[in-house]
Amino acid sequence: MDGRRVSRAVPRVRQVGFFTPNAPPQQPGPTRSQSGPPNSNSPPLSDSPASNSLSPVMIPPPRHLSDNLGARTAAVPVPGRANAGEHATVGSYNPTESVLGLESPPASRIGDGEFSEGTESSLGWYRRSNSAKFASSFPGGGFDLSPVRQPETVAAKQAKNQPPGEANKSGTPGAAASSKPVKQPSQRKDGPPVASSVAASERTVADRSAEKERKKDAPPPRMQFDDESRVGKAKRRSVLNQSEARNRVELFRHLPPHKNGTQLPHLESKFFELHEMHPAVYKVGLQYLMGDLSGGNARCIAMLQAFQEAIRDYCTPPEKTLIRDLTSKISSFVSFLIECRPLSISMGNAIRFLKNRIAKLPLVLSESEAKAALCSDIDRFINEKIVVADKVIVGHAATKIRDGDVLLTYGSSCVVEMILLYAHELGKQFHVVVVDSRPMLEGQKLLRRLVEKGLTCTYTHINAISYIMHEVTRVFLGASSILSNGTVYSRVGTASVAMVAHAFSVPVLICCEAYKFHERVQLDSICFNELGDPDAIGKVPGRADINYLDNLTEKQKENLEFLNLKYDATPSDYISVIVTDYGMIPPTSVPVIVREYRKEYLLI
Amino acid sequence: MWWRSPSFILDRQQQQEQNDSVPPESLFLTSAAPSMADSLQNPKSNISAYYQTRAAHHGVVTSDWLAQAQAAVGRHSDDDDSSESDGRAVPTVGGDGVSGKAFSVIEEFNNWRKQPDLAEAVAAIRALAAVIRASQATTMMELEIELKKASDSLKSWDTTSISLTAGCDLFMRYVTRTSALEYEDFNSAKSRLIERAEKFGEISCKARRIIAMLSQDFIFDGCTILVHGFSRVVLEVLKTAAQNKKLFRVFCTEGRPDRTGLRLSNELAKLDVPVKLLIDSAVAYTMDEVDMVFVGADGVVESGGIINMMGTYQIALVAHGMNKPVYVAAESYKFARLYPLDQKDMAPALRPIDFGVPIPSKVEVETSARDYTPPQYLTLLFTDLGVLTPSVVSDELIQLYL
Repeated sequence: MDGRRVSRAVPRVRQVGFFTPNAPPQQPGPTRSQSGPPNSNSPPLSDSPASNSLSPVMIPPPRHLSDNLGARTAAVPVPGRANAGEHATVGSYNPTESVLGLESPPASRIGDGEFSEGTESSLGWYRRSNSAKFASSFPGGGFDLSPVRQPETVAAKQAKNQPPGEANKSGTPGAAASSKPVKQPSQRKDGPPVASSVAASERTVADRSAEKERKKDAPPPRMQFDDESRVGKAKRRSVLNQSEARNRVELFRHLPPHKNGTQLPHLESKFFELHEMHPAVYKVGLQYLMGDLSGGNARCIAMLQAFQEAIRDYCTPPEKTLIRDLTSKISSFVSFLIECRPLSISMGNAIRFLKNRIAKLPLVLSESEAKAALCSDIDRFINEKIVVADKVIVGHAATKIRDGDVLLTYGSSCVVEMILLYAHELGKQFHVVVVDSRPMLEGQKLLRRLVEKGLTCTYTHINAISYIMHEVTRVFLGASSILSNGTVYSRVGTASVAMVAHAFSVPVLICCEAYKFHERVQLDSICFNELGDPDAIGKVPGRADINYLDNLTEKQKENLEFLNLKYDATPSDYISVIVTDYGMIPPTSVPVIVREYRKEYLLI
Repeated sequence: MWWRSPSFILDRQQQQEQNDSVPPESLFLTSAAPSMADSLQNPKSNISAYYQTRAAHHGVVTSDWLAQAQAAVGRHSDDDDSSESDGRAVPTVGGDGVSGKAFSVIEEFNNWRKQPDLAEAVAAIRALAAVIRASQATTMMELEIELKKASDSLKSWDTTSISLTAGCDLFMRYVTRTSALEYEDFNSAKSRLIERAEKFGEISCKARRIIAMLSQDFIFDGCTILVHGFSRVVLEVLKTAAQNKKLFRVFCTEGRPDRTGLRLSNELAKLDVPVKLLIDSAVAYTMDEVDMVFVGADGVVESGGIINMMGTYQIALVAHGMNKPVYVAAESYKFARLYPLDQKDMAPALRPIDFGVPIPSKVEVETSARDYTPPQYLTLLFTDLGVLTPSVVSDELIQLYL
C-alpha cells in the first residue's frame, strides 16, 4: 500500500473559525512536477489564495491529491501510481517536492489514515475511465503559510473528524467499496447505512472511485460536502435539482447543506415524468423536502408504506433476479430520499431491516409470494417496532407519573405526547410545562393538542429553562436515536434541557423505541448532524418589525454566518432512565439491547 | 421545590377556598399532613410486614424480653415443625379449593420466613414449592396457573418486600422456562420443579459463601470497615475474613430504630473482631478513619442502585464525598425489575418508630423503613455472579427476564 501513496497534492486549506474570506485564491501554477497523469494540464485544484488571506486560526491544508485529481481528465493509472510512489509518503516530508514550493515540512504530517485514504481515492480516481472535469476552485480556501501550529491542528481536526462511525447519509453516499481491494476506506465505512453501501455496490467502478476520491478530500468517512467536485457530481446525478442553502460555516462544512423547498410546483409537475421513481416514494420525498413530515416515527412509517406500495407495483424485469433487482431499486429510492432530506437513524435502521428481509427471501418463492411476504414483513415491522412499542413505552412511563407532578417536555415528541395523554386519561393530576425554541417552534403544536385534551399546561421558551426548572419534578424527552455510549441524539436544545435538569437534580426520562438504537458512538454534536434553513434564523414569522438582519450590505454579509442545526447529542450522564419497549433501562445498557435484540429482527 | 414555588401556593389557595377546613398557616405541611395524620391514626395500615419481621429477627432485646422470647421460641419452633408439616398436609386435604390453597401459601411462607437464617426469597420459593407439591393439577399449564395465583397472592400480601417479589418472579420464570422441556410424565416434571425449588434454598447459603469468598480480596490487614444494618451476607463476609485471620476492625452504626448495630456488634464480638459502635449521626465524624463501607441490600434495582435500610443513602453520600468505596453484598436473586427515580418513587414501607417518650399527636414522624441509594454512589456489588459494577445489574436483568 505504501507504494501507492501519493502525496503530491496541492494542499487544500481548510479554514475553521473566524476568518475573512478574501479574493479568490491565486493559482500557484503547475508547480507540481508530479505524479499526476501526464495528460493533465489543469492547474492544481484549490489552494493557494493569496498569502495575505492567512489568519491565525487557519489550518494548513492536508497534502493530498484530491484537488488535482478533480481537475484531471482520463487519468492514466499506472504511471501515476508509479510516480506517486516516488514522492513523499505519509509523514515524511520531501523538501524537494515543490507542490507549493513554499510549504514548510510539517504541513505534510497529517494523520496516516487520511493519507492512505487519499492514496486509495487517488488510485481509485486513476481507474476512472471517464471522469469529468471538476470545478477547480476550492470555495474560500485559503492557503496557509504559517507552518508550525497547523499540522497539529490539522491532525487534531482530522482525528476529530474521523469518528469511528459510519458514513454520513448524505448525497450520493460514500461507497462501501465492497469490491475494492483497498482496505482502509472499506474498514472505515464498515457500518455505513445500508442504503449507501448497497447503493454503492451497484454503482460503477468509476463512481466508486469518485467517492473514494471524495473521501480523500475530507478524511472523515462520511460524505463530505466541502468538495465542489463531489458536490457537482452529486448534482448531476440528482433527480431533484433543488437549490441548496449555501453553508458557509466552516466547522460544519462536512454536513449536507439544507435544501430549500421552494420549487414545489415545479417538482410536482415532474411527478409523472420520472419513470424509475415510484410516485409514492416521490410523494414522500417531497413531503420530507417541504417539512410536512417530521419526526422520526412519522418519517419512518411513511417511507416504509411508500416502499410497500412500490413493492406491490414492482415486477421483475426479465433476465434479472427479484432479490438483486429489488434491492437495487430500493437503493435508488433511498438515494432519492436522501436528496430530499438526509435520513434519520430510525429510517436507516428500517432500511437495513428491509434489505435484510429481501436478501433472506427464499429463492423458491414466486414473485407474488415474495412480494406478499415482504409487504407483510413491513407491516409487522411497523406494528411491532413502532405501534406496539409505543404502547408499551406509554405503559411503563405512565407509572412514573404521580399526582402532583410537574412534567417538563421539550419540543414535540409523539411518544411523550402519548404518555401525557394516557396519564391524563388514567386520572392523574399533573401539570405540564412545554418548552419550545426557535426557529422550528414545534412545541406549539404539542401545546395545542394537550390543551385540547384538557391538560393544564405552561408554555415557555428555552431561554427560561433555568427559571422554571426548580418547579419541575420530572423531565420527559423524546429521542431521534440513542447511541451505544448512552448518548441521546435528539432535537437541538434537548442537551441544554437535560443539563439544566441534571443541575437541579430533576430526573430525566428519555422515551425511545428500541428500533432507533444504533451501534455508533458520538461524542459531540458536530461530526454528525443536519443543517436546517439558515434564513429561518434571521426571520421571525409574524413579526415583520424584527428585520435587523434584512438589509445587510454585501460586505456585512461576508462577516456574518447563519447556522441552523437540527440535532444535538446529550451525554449519558444527564439521563436517569431510558424507557423503551424492553422496559426501563439505564443509559449504560443500550449496547446490551443492541447486542441482544438487534440480531433478532434481522434474523427473523 | 414545588412547595416553594408560586404555582404551588396558588394551587393551595384554590384548594383552601374549596376545602375551607385547612388552616392557612400550615401551608407547607398541609399537603403532607392529611396522609400522615391518617397514618398516625391508623398505624397498622401501611406497616411493612417485611420490616416488622426483620426487626423481630434482628432487633436487640432487653434481657427479660429475651427470656420471654426464648420461651416463646421454644414453643414456636415446635409449632413451626408441626405447622410446616401441617402446611404441607393441609392442602392435600381435598376440597379446599383455590382460596384455601392461597391462604396456605401465605401461612407456609410465614412459617418459613420466621427462621432467622433463611432469606425472604428462599422462603417464598419454598412456599411455592409446597404449592407444587400439594397441587392437584394434571398438566403443566394448570400447574403454572396455580403457581401464578399463589405467587401473586404472596406478592400482594406484602408489597414492600422486594426480595420476595424478586424471588417469586425468578421462580415463575424458571417454571415457565422448564415447562418447555418435554417430559413424558407430568409427575416427573413436577418432581423436577420441586427438586429445583429445594435446591434454591441451598443456593441461598451457597450464595453467601461465594460472596464471602469474593470479598476477601478487598479486605486487607489493618483496614477499617463501616457497616450499616444487619445483613446476613455482610456478617458472613466478616466471619470469613475473621476466620482467615485478617486483622481488621469494624464500625457499626447503631441502626435505629431496629438497633441492628447492637446485634451485629454482639455477633462480631463473639468472633473476636474489634468493634466500635457509633450513633447514626457520627458517621461523617468517623468517615475519615474508615477505609470502606459494607452494606447489604434488600433489593438491587435495575439502575444498579440498592434499596436498603434507612440511612444507607446518607452513609453512601458521605462516603462518596470523602472518596471512600461503598461495597454492596447482595445475592443475585435480589435483582428486581424496579427503577426508582428518587426516594419517593418506591412503594412506601412504613414501620413505627418507638421514641421511648410519647409524641404529641400533631407531630408527624417519618416512618419509612428504607431508602434508595443511586448507583453513582456505589463502587462495587459482590454477588454470587461475581464482582460487578452497578451498570451490569441491568445487563443481568435483561438476560434473565427478557
